Amino acid sequence: MAGFLARRLLGSVVLAAVAASLAYLLAAGSLDPRANYAGRTPPPPPAVVDAQLAALNLNDRTPLFERYLTWAGGVLRGDFGRSVTGSPVGADLQRRAGVTLRLVLLGLVCGSVLGVAAGAAAAVRQYGWFDRLSAGLAYLLLAVPVVVLANVAILGGTWANDQLFGRRVFLVGGERTAGLDAGFWGGLLDRLQHLILPTVTLSLGLIAVFSRYQRNMMLDVLGADYLRTARAKGLSRRRALIRHGLRTALIPVATYFAFVFGALLTGAAFTEKIFGWHGLGERLISAVFTNDVNTVAAISCLAALAVLCASLAADLLHAVLDPRVRAG
Amino acid sequence: MTLSEEEVAGDLEPAEPAPPSRGRVLAGRFLASRQGRAGVGVLALMFVLAFAGPLFAPWSHTDKDFAAFLEPPSGRHWFGTLQTGADVYALTLRGLQRSLIVGLLAALVSTALAALAGAFAGYFGGWTDRVLTWITDLLLALPAFLILAIMSPLFGSGQWPLFVLMLALFLWMVTAKITRGMTISLRQREFVRAARYLGVPPVKIIFSHVLPNLSSLLIVDATVNVSAAILAETSLSYFGFGIQPPDVSLGTLIADGSRTAIYAPWTFWFAAGLLVVTVLAVNVAGDALRDAFDPGAKGGR
Repeated sequence: MAGFLARRLLGSVVLAAVAASLAYLLAAGSLDPRANYAGRTPPPPPAVVDAQLAALNLNDRTPLFERYLTWAGGVLRGDFGRSVTGSPVGADLQRRAGVTLRLVLLGLVCGSVLGVAAGAAAAVRQYGWFDRLSAGLAYLLLAVPVVVLANVAILGGTWANDQLFGRRVFLVGGERTAGLDAGFWGGLLDRLQHLILPTVTLSLGLIAVFSRYQRNMMLDVLGADYLRTARAKGLSRRRALIRHGLRTALIPVATYFAFVFGALLTGAAFTEKIFGWHGLGERLISAVFTNDVNTVAAISCLAALAVLCASLAADLLHAVLDPRVRAG
Repeated sequence: MTLSEEEVAGDLEPAEPAPPSRGRVLAGRFLASRQGRAGVGVLALMFVLAFAGPLFAPWSHTDKDFAAFLEPPSGRHWFGTLQTGADVYALTLRGLQRSLIVGLLAALVSTALAALAGAFAGYFGGWTDRVLTWITDLLLALPAFLILAIMSPLFGSGQWPLFVLMLALFLWMVTAKITRGMTISLRQREFVRAARYLGVPPVKIIFSHVLPNLSSLLIVDATVNVSAAILAETSLSYFGFGIQPPDVSLGTLIADGSRTAIYAPWTFWFAAGLLVVTVLAVNVAGDALRDAFDPGAKGGR
């Protein structure tokens, strides 16, 4: 097991390094930071532009490979370089990672808990009204792209503010109201109000996926012999279902949870951008538009690491939860 | 499969012995289910709407009516107009056309890629397998959205086929992994061994024995990929990373519409609604197809 893990870890590290290098080369090769200086009035002298670009390691007159070596050397020392405006990328991303993490964690926890509950309830009464209803809703949600869902959430929130509450309950745009001074509790309430709609947007799709997944797992488990044994030894149906059924059916879902978590680091980009959250994904989109090579490379490096760590964690989690995997 | 049949079975689809053919049985099962009929019916309707619909409209997607800015639906403009005076009906159908074509082509290409990569990796094993698996893992680790976003300037001025290719390049990995696993088990089966001992070249074995046996998986997966591709196209185009103006897709329309949706709902809801209905139809049809291939798995078990 230890040898397998070590090999797996080494493979992941190599893969992450190659993925990040590819992302850097692609970004440096096709984004054009020099274009950022073209629209300025008065136009800066070419020598100044060259000097500035060279200082940021963005000068396209330097061979691509040389720039790559400079960048890779920096990354190995923990320095992701500087953005087109000259601010260090690392510090900016650290702040943004916190924002993204808050959104993703809350959305993922809400989505998985509600999804698992819905899926389990649907499986216990297969073909009952709840099963049919949740299946229909899941179908519908899986067909709605995030960009539509987010906009519908905003429209619904605005409508509810105007028609139902008569005041602004759901807030859209950013993670908090800028310049608000309402003390600790007021600030917390304000943050919560900003959090509701993006979290709902992020969770709804996850609820659909998790509920379908959990339902199928649960149905497999419900027919298993050990559940009948549990009933036979005198456990109540409810107790048998929760202690023996749900627990076993949760194993694949837990591994899926880890996997989704890694993918969501950049997967939440659309939600962040539409709701104006200044997270990693939002930065990625704006960095592409501002030809910010170093930021793009740093975020893709993080994203690749996250996906690989998550798949590693998923495997480990599976081994911990499922004795058969450990024994085999 | 006997020896004489083995020699005959040279081309991709071996001649079926008289009825009932597998295709007909499948089609029968598929169309017998309410889901299958509904999914295919709605999809056909969408295609007719997208390709024949514009013929009946008085406006084309490039026309601008300078007498009607941001007007609600009326007899003159069936779906209303945008701020620029463009006709929403013509634009939406044009976008639907683009989204349908992009989705179908990307799914086709990615499923073909997945079939080839998976079957070659699984059949040959060794270094072929190692390299192909490594590429698959690498593409899974790269954020697809980022690569597409970086390359988006290349998609302008009618270069949408390139966009389709890039989209397909990031959709095939999971299917390839499944295909690889199934190929490894197929390789041990008697008919594949027999072909190998007869000296049939490996590539021919893959095309005439391995892939046809995976066809049910691949067909079902292609439908899943259609909806995935349509959704990905929409999201990318929404942020300006996909289909580039002056061309339109449902994604760009939804992006434009979302800005005016509060006071002019028709700019948003027609495009969004058509998109959701299309993807829903593809998903429903795909599920019915899976049930038709594997009646034992009915009810999601």
